[in-house]
Amino acid sequence: MINKLSQQIIDRYQKGFPLSPTPFKVMANELDVSEQEIIDCVESLQQTDVVSRVGPVFNHKKAGASTLVAIAVPEHLLSDVAEMVNEFKEVNHNYAREHHYNLWFVVTATDSKHLEQTLWSIRKKTGYPILNLPMEKSYHIDLGFKLNWN
Amino acid sequence: MNTTFIPNELDRKLIVATQEGLPLTPRPYHDIAEELGVSPDEVITRMQRMKDAGVIRRIAAVPDHYKLGYTLNGMTVWDVPDNMVQELGRKLGAMDPVSHCYQRPRHPPLWNYNLFAMVHGRTQEEVDIHIQAIVELLGEHNRGNEVLFSKRILKKTGLRIKK
Repeated sequence: MINKLSQQIIDRYQKGFPLSPTPFKVMANELDVSEQEIIDCVESLQQTDVVSRVGPVFNHKKAGASTLVAIAVPEHLLSDVAEMVNEFKEVNHNYAREHHYNLWFVVTATDSKHLEQTLWSIRKKTGYPILNLPMEKSYHIDLGFKLNWN
Repeated sequence: MNTTFIPNELDRKLIVATQEGLPLTPRPYHDIAEELGVSPDEVITRMQRMKDAGVIRRIAAVPDHYKLGYTLNGMTVWDVPDNMVQELGRKLGAMDPVSHCYQRPRHPPLWNYNLFAMVHGRTQEEVDIHIQAIVELLGEHNRGNEVLFSKRILKKTGLRIKK
């Protein structure tokens, strides 16, 4: 189970971690515990992979070029095609989903030319047509989402 | 938000130095500054600039939702009138269980959806309740929708740019 301090840290700081010279001290003051308790707690959350990291979350679109891609693959070939796709270092999320389009992944490249080349290579390597679904507009400020601890 | 912000060399070094997380020390930004041979002030100023420019969405303790029991994500896709997509997108994006809400291009006749919202839950029932709330919110503007549940994660890494 996750203790109270861990919950408070996740709830509060999945939205924004202090950009201050002493961020853990800021958190300690806000949560009324010691700086060392905060650091120990975050360390243990990271060790157990409950928190994957503490740091900046970059905007793919601004830090490079990215798109969402879907491919319809015969179910028995899904693992093989997924493996081919995963070999591209530009692919950073890949999910099997229940649909005719059953393979969904995000491709991130340094710029739009590199992105186009990567999509072309993925088409060529897998032999399947792709559905290219770049983000046109974001309607969410991406502050994480509200967790229910019950 | 400045859409023409281009990260300079120091910004790129900062991205590389922080993308896998900050050191868990009392002065993490100072440690990064020392590693890069610049002043702590400069690190904080550059990071604030990238944040203002939207290159950094947020600085955060990033939870692994799977570890917290949120093992189910439903990618919901919706066909709404193009002239309503902005207004409806904002409403969906503001809902608690929605982590991402994007407008994406249609590809008729294969794919006729223009609005995507990622919905999270710990059980099928939880996700279904959230989806029902979206159906009600969209009302008559919902001309068709599908929910694509995740079956398996095949790969998951954060953004990585090369040094």
